[in-house]
Amino acid sequence: MNAPAKVDPNVRNFQINFGPQHPAAHGVLRLVLELDGEIVERVDPHIGLLHRGTEKLIETKTYLQALPYFDRLDYVAPMNQEHAYCLAVERLLGIEVPKRGQLIRVLYSEIGRILSHMLNVTTQAMDCGALTPPLWGFEEREKLMVFYERASGSRMHAAYFRPGGVHQDLPRKLVEDIIAWIDPFLKVCDDLEGLLTDNRIFKQRNVDIGIVSLEDAFAWGFSGVMVRGSGAAWDLRKSQPYECYDELEFDIPIGKNCDNYDRYCIRMEEMRQSAYIMRQCCERLLKETGAVSAVDNKIVPPKRGEMKRSMESLIHHFKLYTEGFHVPAGDVYAAVEAPKGEFGVYLVADGTNKPYRCKIRAPGFAHLSAMDFLCRGYMLADVSAILGSLDIVFGEVDR
Amino acid sequence: MDETLKELGTYVTEALPNAVQDSVIAFGELTLLVPATDVIKVLTFLRDDPSCRFVSFIDICGVDYPKREKRFDVVYHLLSPTLNARIRVKVETDETTPVPSATPVFAGAFWFEREAYDMYGILFSGHPELRRLLTDYGFDGYPLRKDFPTTGFVEVRYDDERKRVVYEPVKLAQEFRNFDFLSPWEGPDYVLPGDEKASGPKAG
Repeated sequence: MNAPAKVDPNVRNFQINFGPQHPAAHGVLRLVLELDGEIVERVDPHIGLLHRGTEKLIETKTYLQALPYFDRLDYVAPMNQEHAYCLAVERLLGIEVPKRGQLIRVLYSEIGRILSHMLNVTTQAMDCGALTPPLWGFEEREKLMVFYERASGSRMHAAYFRPGGVHQDLPRKLVEDIIAWIDPFLKVCDDLEGLLTDNRIFKQRNVDIGIVSLEDAFAWGFSGVMVRGSGAAWDLRKSQPYECYDELEFDIPIGKNCDNYDRYCIRMEEMRQSAYIMRQCCERLLKETGAVSAVDNKIVPPKRGEMKRSMESLIHHFKLYTEGFHVPAGDVYAAVEAPKGEFGVYLVADGTNKPYRCKIRAPGFAHLSAMDFLCRGYMLADVSAILGSLDIVFGEVDR
Repeated sequence: MDETLKELGTYVTEALPNAVQDSVIAFGELTLLVPATDVIKVLTFLRDDPSCRFVSFIDICGVDYPKREKRFDVVYHLLSPTLNARIRVKVETDETTPVPSATPVFAGAFWFEREAYDMYGILFSGHPELRRLLTDYGFDGYPLRKDFPTTGFVEVRYDDERKRVVYEPVKLAQEFRNFDFLSPWEGPDYVLPGDEKASGPKAG
């Protein structure tokens, strides 16, 4: 090859295609990157490769049938999504969840948080070159999924939270097993931190990368760890408590350097806080008894046993599983602090048995939309570190 | 909570008397109804006013009411970490009238408006790059409109002979099942099967 005699003044930037099948894309993300040398000039994320039309499908289903779609959004922490939907329906219906139902919901939301953070922290470490953390972390996730299975019958797509409460009570042995899991888990957290927190390579890849100021974070619609990493002590569990979070003790870790590394540290600490919340819930679940679901038979289907004996229960069961319940007209926005940020459901009801409109406000969607803003001026290798730190799951981004 | 929202509602209505048409509190949430031309003024006020500080952008989405003259609602959700309050701003528009883009006020509106355009065909004037977001490259139609069928119009498959993905009109082995379970005793607004003659002039 002949080298050009002199440098062309109109050197064009280099464009590369990242994904859709790339291990660091965390799913099906196609990024069109414009590079000047190794500096990122522009990022254009192409999403929608996992778009399934969830919002459209929900409009054709009854309120109860629409619930399992929420498991399939952020499939890393399924029950947290169901939770937002249930809160929206409950607020429209004006029903209360009994205390035991609330405790079980909190317990499983926190299990979801650990599931999600564990996946994110360890796979982000993998994006930065570490292989051991995912192997250790996935072992714990596997145990948590067994807890999901023992409560709902399903490892992932649980459909366990229902409008009015949860589907079934937890067996005592399961609660005891969850308590027994906590202490060894805290040890695993320490081990993981031993691998990563002071790791020279991990710090070189993450400290001072992906900096976002608090003002920008709010304007871009960030939430959850992304604003806490930028120094805001903002957590919906504390500031707008739902269920029984106001009766539980836990701390909100915040960062001050606004970078990837701070967000990693926050996620590690949040897992410990979640384990702490879980312990409080389990201890109360062992002591307190009661119903796990509201008793309004016009909304909550009767148990199988009642259905076999009581004619009225049989009628309720038939009506609820064909027609479903009617929700009064109106619109509500209900949000929960999902592991990835504020997961909200904007539900418009028209008084029939089907939602008129259900907008799913996924935290990952807002985070990914700022990809261009976050990556501009960083190196190509930082793109995957920033992407990992945003905590993206395509189920909820594409919906 | 309702008291603070009520105060907030009257405060914003008084501060922007022409821009805010109405403020409603329902289910513990405050909604402002705003004409499309004034939406930027209202959003900027909500963001910058020292006693509002709705700095956190949450969501923009469309809602379709095909029977209305202005068929779309554009719904903005904002959050004020200072007041610990949420607010909803609703704007009505139709297929051809653009709504001013909120991207100069909230950078995060960029993708949310692209999504509303993609799903409903709502136009936003002044948006830097209003192109489709979630649907396929070259997609036609606006899938979340009420008159768009849930099954869609085209399906894709990989054609082994042509060695590429081909688009074909959708063919279903079984029709998409969407049962109407609404109780006939609660007055559906259609004629029940076998009941066609009932609404005609009564004999005798």
